[in-house]
Amino acid sequence: MTLLKRIAPQLVALALLVALVTVFYPGFLKIGISGDRLVGPMIDVLKRGAPVALLAVGMTLVIATRGIDLSVGTTMAICGAVAASAVAGGWGLVPALLLALAAGALAGLWNGLLVAVVGIQPFVATLILMTMGRGIAQLITEGRILTFTDAGFAFFGSGSLLGLPVPAWLWLACGLGMAALMRRTALGLLVESIGINRRASALAGVNATVLLIAVYVVSGLCAALAGIVVTADIRGADANNAGLWLELDAILAVVIGGNSLLGGRFSIIASLIGALIIQTIDTGILLAGFPSEYNLVIKAGLVLVILVLQSPRIAGEWRLWRDSHRASREAALHRGAAK
Amino acid sequence: MNTRALPLYATVVIFLLAYLLCWLQFPNILSTRVVGNLLTDNAYLGIVAVGMTLVILSGGIDLSVGSVIAFSGVFIAVILRETSLHPLVVFALLLALTTAFGAAMGFLIDRLAMPAFIVTLAGMFLARGAAYMLSIDSVPIAHPFYKTLQSAYWLMPGKGRLTLIGVVMLLTVLAGMVVAHKTRFGASVYALGGGEATARLMGVRQGRTTMLVYAFSGLMAGLSGIVFSIYTGSGYSLATVGTELTAIAAVVIGGTLLTGGAGYMFGTLVGVLTMGLIQTYIVFDGTLSSWWTKIVIGVLLLVFILLQKGLLKLSQSRLEGSGA
Repeated sequence: MTLLKRIAPQLVALALLVALVTVFYPGFLKIGISGDRLVGPMIDVLKRGAPVALLAVGMTLVIATRGIDLSVGTTMAICGAVAASAVAGGWGLVPALLLALAAGALAGLWNGLLVAVVGIQPFVATLILMTMGRGIAQLITEGRILTFTDAGFAFFGSGSLLGLPVPAWLWLACGLGMAALMRRTALGLLVESIGINRRASALAGVNATVLLIAVYVVSGLCAALAGIVVTADIRGADANNAGLWLELDAILAVVIGGNSLLGGRFSIIASLIGALIIQTIDTGILLAGFPSEYNLVIKAGLVLVILVLQSPRIAGEWRLWRDSHRASREAALHRGAAK
Repeated sequence: MNTRALPLYATVVIFLLAYLLCWLQFPNILSTRVVGNLLTDNAYLGIVAVGMTLVILSGGIDLSVGSVIAFSGVFIAVILRETSLHPLVVFALLLALTTAFGAAMGFLIDRLAMPAFIVTLAGMFLARGAAYMLSIDSVPIAHPFYKTLQSAYWLMPGKGRLTLIGVVMLLTVLAGMVVAHKTRFGASVYALGGGEATARLMGVRQGRTTMLVYAFSGLMAGLSGIVFSIYTGSGYSLATVGTELTAIAAVVIGGTLLTGGAGYMFGTLVGVLTMGLIQTYIVFDGTLSSWWTKIVIGVLLLVFILLQKGLLKLSQSRLEGSGA
């Protein structure tokens, strides 16, 4: 029940958005069956939203610790390149996937060490990998777009399972699994405590350093999954464009999910709905026939609205105004009663 | 010795050493032709890095500059194509527009009390989106005035060309040095970066300074956009993606503390030239691929951030030592 209350604004926003898109493109809600899989714009949203949704899972945790991970887009490119070169080199599917995940974990470990042990601000620490990452990815692919023909690997991008696309299953499993892990154990609480006050949580006995590193490793792993999905979808690793700008979309998904950039309480489910909202905008603009150039402007407007809603200063002024309003009304009531 | 200037010295030493190494391998790299090209090719980056330096000194960040440069190019190209305005008039319009854009972001950062990077992120989306809306395709600039701007250069001894945009970059760095180190506004920026509470107690007008800092960055991004449009002779909405990161890297390699409050404008110029030198070396070598640029820049970035961290620890322990 509390969960429903928490995600109500996001659900309402998503519903309104879907209604709006349906006005411009009546076929938006139509779902058909082609062969053994469901098809339709909504299913497409579930599939295309997978990379951002996967990134948003890790990003939510990182932001909850009052951090930020700018490197997820480039980590996607690196992991995609690793997986593609392993598959193309004939290593087999499972080792390729494991290698890609290991590369993601390594990237996360690097970020985590810089943030938690060296003590660099998260924004700066992850900027280093963001600048270097595409160079590393190009080093792996040797500057080409590495293509492969392995059907098993392509299954992760374009296959379907029980009617739904595999990427959709991936982000659903990853997101719900992580949410359960955080909420059914004390882990979520500990992560929040670091975001609110790292020093105080460390004094209270939370191993903040290890937990902080672990959070960045999770973010790296999520980025690896997203990289695998993108690479498998186009059957090739594009070091230049894989995951380009996606770190921004992931951050946007998290803040649309109502999570504060200043750390503390978080909800992974809300972030996932945030990712769906972003994808619905993307797909909706295309389907409604608007030029896709509007996309960025609409996103900018969205960020602005959320910023105003989240702003501590505006919230403070609103509370002040409300309290003074209430006080004056009560004073008027008292005066009325006295008469 | 002044520990604050240590990163600057390190930057200059690294730049000179790197140049020496390049020179040992390719003696031609010292010719005025290469030096002239180094200035011309990095002119737009140098200008935008001047604005970024001031923003970082104030403890903020401006992620919108790359998009603003692209928007400027498209804006100039489209206006010149559609109307018969003189380019100089268009330049003035553009600079007013980007300065106002920067000021608006500064205003929001101060009023909303939100992290600068998320506000300027919205600015980045907005500027890029506006550029897309003006034109998706690359728009060539055919105005005769542009031809004169492009072909304006001073022939240095040794046949090197000191182009107009290279001179503009050097002058901008000079102006930036004056603003940062010689004006009351510059002192306010340093104070703000050193600590907001102390700055307020010192009597710095926080809101006004924040707004002016981002307005200055917007102005520099606009000027950089003009220079970039002269350099490429066109406006393209997909140009200069990621320039904000290159500019931040140049500022940090130039020895400015990313947390704000300490650094020198001159260091930024050296930082920009260092990055240009890496690229020039890779071109000279011919066998290395261009992606090494990104990796080397990343490594340099890491080294300087670690250096700053170490210096901060050093000065803190010294403070504690003198207090005891």
